[in-house]
Amino acid sequence: MKKLLIAAAALALTAGLAGAQTVRLGTEGAYPPFNFINDKGEVDGFERELGDELCKRAELTCEWVTNEWDSIIPNLVSGNYDTIIAGMSITEERDKVIDFTQNYYPPASSAYVALKADADIKGGVVAAQTATIQAGHVAESGATLLEYPTPDETIAAVRNGEADAVFADKDYLKPFVEESNGELMFVGEEIQLGGGVGMGLRESDAELKGKFDTAIQAMKDDGTLNTLLKKWFGDETPLF
Amino acid sequence: MFASCADPSTLEGLSWLLCYLTSGKHILFYISIGTVLTLLVITAPAALAFGFGGAMAARSQFAPLRWIGKAYTSMVRGVPDIIFFLFVPIALDQLFEFIRHKAKCPDWDQPIWQGSDFVVCPAAKLPLSTSEQWVHETYGFFMAVLAFAIVFGAFAANVIYGAMNAVPRAQMETAEAYGMSHRQAFRRILVPQMWVYALPGLSNLWMILIKATPLLFVLGVRDIVYWARELGGSKTSAYEYPHPDWRLYYFLALLAFYLIMTSLSERVLRRISARLSKGQATMAGEQQRKAAA
Repeated sequence: MKKLLIAAAALALTAGLAGAQTVRLGTEGAYPPFNFINDKGEVDGFERELGDELCKRAELTCEWVTNEWDSIIPNLVSGNYDTIIAGMSITEERDKVIDFTQNYYPPASSAYVALKADADIKGGVVAAQTATIQAGHVAESGATLLEYPTPDETIAAVRNGEADAVFADKDYLKPFVEESNGELMFVGEEIQLGGGVGMGLRESDAELKGKFDTAIQAMKDDGTLNTLLKKWFGDETPLF
Repeated sequence: MFASCADPSTLEGLSWLLCYLTSGKHILFYISIGTVLTLLVITAPAALAFGFGGAMAARSQFAPLRWIGKAYTSMVRGVPDIIFFLFVPIALDQLFEFIRHKAKCPDWDQPIWQGSDFVVCPAAKLPLSTSEQWVHETYGFFMAVLAFAIVFGAFAANVIYGAMNAVPRAQMETAEAYGMSHRQAFRRILVPQMWVYALPGLSNLWMILIKATPLLFVLGVRDIVYWARELGGSKTSAYEYPHPDWRLYYFLALLAFYLIMTSLSERVLRRISARLSKGQATMAGEQQRKAAA
């Protein structure tokens, strides 16, 4: 009898929790147009709109949290939030520690940006954000890697001459180049890195991963994801 | 904030700047000054309490208590602050959640550590994942206060320990001669007199505490340094107020803020020092007596 009561209580408790479950979405808030803090002080960008739509489709209550890029994976696994939705490329190394949903952003090009067209991107100093696939690529390319905690600082480093070039996602760099009045320019070839951008989840959280996977697939199928991609990254962006 | 700021792209010059400086993000920046001040106001007495407790423990005649007091001060003082700040909030948070997990979910059959994941039952989460964002932020803030209090408490403990030993032995002997118990002498003679010896060390700690507040940023609390960096970074047209790299100006404002804070404290501390020296058998106290006579 006692066991039955406990079981009933546990069931009632979990049922109550399931109804009110809040999923905390962790992002960096410094990587426009993927995610950034807008002038109202709220999380904004492609991933904000995407995340809200995914939560609506999966019938989850979601809450946005920002976290430093450096510690974004450790804080996910220790349970401070439930997903990473921060322009994080799916790579094998990360997949060992966390799980990824299917990609919601196709494998995209990374590019070099410099002040001069003849900047030495093979043997010079190249800036990249810490713990990104681009930083890994620069380290292997033979150039000297200069790491910064935020993407904004990598561009500042090129502007004040500390680095010869910056290597990052092309979609992130594009607005900076376009709005620099010719000061900044793309150099070298574009390089394809990673398996696209996906949501990161704890490996023990298979249920939540399933929900988001279904929602992403649904958005791919009915074309809403492509509309979102066009809205935030322009008409030439690769689509699904 | 103002109706005229609805479309910033049409604004120019001073009105643009006015709208820019009153944007929601800037308001958060101004509020974070309050966060820093609140941290100081709560941490200073908390660290003093830790310090007083640590010093009393280190002086205790009961050996295990003395060992705890000594171990606390020497361990915390020997570890770099930033490592402690990274360690304490994560470790304490997991400890609290572990205890709550054991208490609230005895039927839970999955392991808590699954590979690198730390998984407790939803009811044991701290704060609950259903609670509002401000609850999470307040919880993070108090973890930060705790980390600051533990670290600065250890330094304060050593200062207070030294100050207690600096009170002339003759004072305590006189108290004993008057028939006061050990506890009475401690409360009536030792504690009131030790502050004047402790003050130089404590005022140093206060200054260091003011300058250590940017460590809040390491703990995920958005303090003024976080906002200065975020606001100062160059902004493309994805933002309502695009601008180039303005970090220099924001950091200059921070510089002014910290200088004002420290110079104000210096003034206050000088007053407290004068007040404490009154009637004391120290050089400063003697000078005051002569000046009055």
